[in-house]
Amino acid sequence: MESKGLKIGDKIFNSRLFTGTGKFSSSGLMEQALLASGSELVTVALKRVDAQNEDDDILKHLGHPQFNLLPNTSGVRTAKEAVFAAQMAREALETNWLKLEIHPDPKYLLPDPIETLKAAEELVKLGFIVLPYVHADPVLCKRLEEVGVAAVMPLGSPIGSNKGLRAKDFLEIIIAQSKVPVVVDAGIGAPSHAAEAMEMGADALLVNTAIAVAGDPVRMAIAFKMAVDAGRMAFEARLAKPSGLAVASSPLTAFLED
Amino acid sequence: MDIVVNNKPEKLTNGDRLSELLVQLGLFEKKGIAVAVNNNVIGKSEWEKCGLNQNDKITIIRPTQGG
Repeated sequence: MESKGLKIGDKIFNSRLFTGTGKFSSSGLMEQALLASGSELVTVALKRVDAQNEDDDILKHLGHPQFNLLPNTSGVRTAKEAVFAAQMAREALETNWLKLEIHPDPKYLLPDPIETLKAAEELVKLGFIVLPYVHADPVLCKRLEEVGVAAVMPLGSPIGSNKGLRAKDFLEIIIAQSKVPVVVDAGIGAPSHAAEAMEMGADALLVNTAIAVAGDPVRMAIAFKMAVDAGRMAFEARLAKPSGLAVASSPLTAFLED
Repeated sequence: MDIVVNNKPEKLTNGDRLSELLVQLGLFEKKGIAVAVNNNVIGKSEWEKCGLNQNDKITIIRPTQGG
């Protein structure tokens, strides 16, 4: 069976690996790694223009037809600020797509569920395709689905921590009951984590730090691509069930002594 | 006219339109920026019509690296 694309909003993605653009040592390396990853959805942040001191223009590196841009609202602390940031993002990048992230505490960068739900409801009404970054909270994910988000993006573990799927039990519940795509975001530090999430039935993953700060980001991007593809294929092929006892895969007919 | 651009004081020396401020800052032709006046987002097609007033607070953003 050929793997089908993933539909979110009005778009179909052939790659289930979404990527972030942060923390790369150079924009050129970022561009090469993201191209190699096969990713078709790429996040960007927003910042204030400093007319006196303008660095490299990120858009120059992201102008490939392969990439759809997903602006985020990183830096906002409330629903009100998120709605403003979203409107600015729509204007700057000419897209309705939005990664909604509201994390007021810079130490742990944990998303504020109450402000996120409030903002999501308003942004959906304003015509945005909203992908909220949230805790692996099945109840919250259901509430977000009810207000019309296009996908949910629960965390595996804290942003940039590379700890993998520490929230696994709750991610499983979210995947089991979600009617919108589940994109595991944050904490995926190794291709093995990526494969594990896809084997569980996650619809897609968002990976940034693990690729950006790798010794060789281009090769790591390819490794993640392979892991996501392998994990998805394994999910679609339906994994064998674990068993508490040994189950022989060879015949146990004794032939040495009759 | 004295205004505030991205939290820094700025003098608009020529005219009183948002478009004239953006020309002065070298941003009028720049791709991928968005502008708000007193937290109201002003679309590109409105820049030439948008008059500025003394002490207006202008926010100008652009995309950058992020996850």
